[in-house]
Amino acid sequence: MIPAPFAYARPTTVDEALQAIADGGEDVKVLAGGQSLIPVMRLRLAAPETVVDLGKVEGLRGVRDDGDAIVIGAMTTHSDVLADPLIAEHAPLIAEATGTVADRQVRHRGTFGGALVHADPAGDLPAVALALDAEFVIVGPGGRRTVPASEFFLDYLTTAVGEGELLVEVRVPKLAGSWGMHYEKFNRVAQAWSIVAVAAVVRRENGRITEARVGLTNMGPTPLRARQVEEALAGAEATAEAVAAASERAADGTEPSSDLNAQADYRQHLARVLTRRAVSTAAGL
Amino acid sequence: MTPITVRVDGATYADDVEPRTLLVHYLREQLGKVGTVVGCDTSNCGACTVHLDGEAVKSCTVLAVQADGCEVTTIEGVASGGDLHPVQKAFNEMHGLQCGYCTPGMIMASIDLLEDNPDPSDDEVREGIEGNLCRCTGYQNIVRAVRHAAAEMRGGADGHVVPAQVDTAAAPHVVGQA
Repeated sequence: MIPAPFAYARPTTVDEALQAIADGGEDVKVLAGGQSLIPVMRLRLAAPETVVDLGKVEGLRGVRDDGDAIVIGAMTTHSDVLADPLIAEHAPLIAEATGTVADRQVRHRGTFGGALVHADPAGDLPAVALALDAEFVIVGPGGRRTVPASEFFLDYLTTAVGEGELLVEVRVPKLAGSWGMHYEKFNRVAQAWSIVAVAAVVRRENGRITEARVGLTNMGPTPLRARQVEEALAGAEATAEAVAAASERAADGTEPSSDLNAQADYRQHLARVLTRRAVSTAAGL
Repeated sequence: MTPITVRVDGATYADDVEPRTLLVHYLREQLGKVGTVVGCDTSNCGACTVHLDGEAVKSCTVLAVQADGCEVTTIEGVASGGDLHPVQKAFNEMHGLQCGYCTPGMIMASIDLLEDNPDPSDDEVREGIEGNLCRCTGYQNIVRAVRHAAAEMRGGADGHVVPAQVDTAAAPHVVGQA
């Protein structure tokens, strides 16, 4: 299978890219690494009129230090993320989750920003961005705006990036104090998507958990925060018992899908078990 | 049509391609580089793996236009003169293939892995080539081949690995039916 014909634009600046999107007609797709878009186009699930390829746009790739945050360019590949010293120092959760994405070949092409804008419910990075309270920098004809992770993922494969807009970078706030992080993923075979996964970010002081943030992958059409778990953990003693009790609430209020990999009730069971494991590891238990 | 200039296995090509042309089809049909094969057609099996600017990629999931200005190495470009690449040689010596269809991709993925990790454990080899599927061998001798090649490329001192023992006698329950 090959994609349906499309018009192809190869801009070299963000402004040119925005212009190409504006000029591209009714159905424009932005090509980052293409590791989700090209398969979808080959299966003719998408047949865009125009494809705007960001591969030659300057300045979208790489990670920089911006004082109280690190800033990850949207076109930074998964392999670049895995090798990046700033991510290793300030947000190792991102590297840990990225290492579980697909396989080496896909990680060489696939991009951080592309995976987030694609917003597949089984994708690993959205729940991580949510747990780290990342901010998304979006440009469009109206200028530049910043959207918090809590408002970025709107629905199945749908984000706050509107028509005519581009995600250019993601800001990940640096965490002060003593934090631990862990991504716990459950899948069945090599290079498979998450059936369920949990991203945990935990602050621990004097034997207590002072703050916990828990992101859930594939427990609904968008990534979710397990707020009940977070509330139960805030101020709790950092013990296996306390974490286990709080994790029992991980699936509260969720409506995960049923598919060939798992029924909804099994996904809810997984969310509880994986939350316990993720929080325990993040808290150093 | 979109003009592209690509360097493939050491030769430079300038061509006009339809933007929807996949890199693997460009390599096979336009350049005749049929050593790179199409397996699953869905980005799963890794049979079409080539190196794009030195990194292993699945050429069925890259557009030819995305390779513009890049350097591509296929399985046809890894030997030097008449000498096979150490990974090619190891797949031969360790019986790392049966039907051979996955082999070009396996070798290209393995070379990429060994550049990052010159001395992988069995588990690291299995993780490293998780993007490549083999339906014949059960992977045992592929893993041995990659580790053998790794040892050769490091200097050969600890390269003593033997292929799996293959017992070709029929299993007892089959003998019983005969």
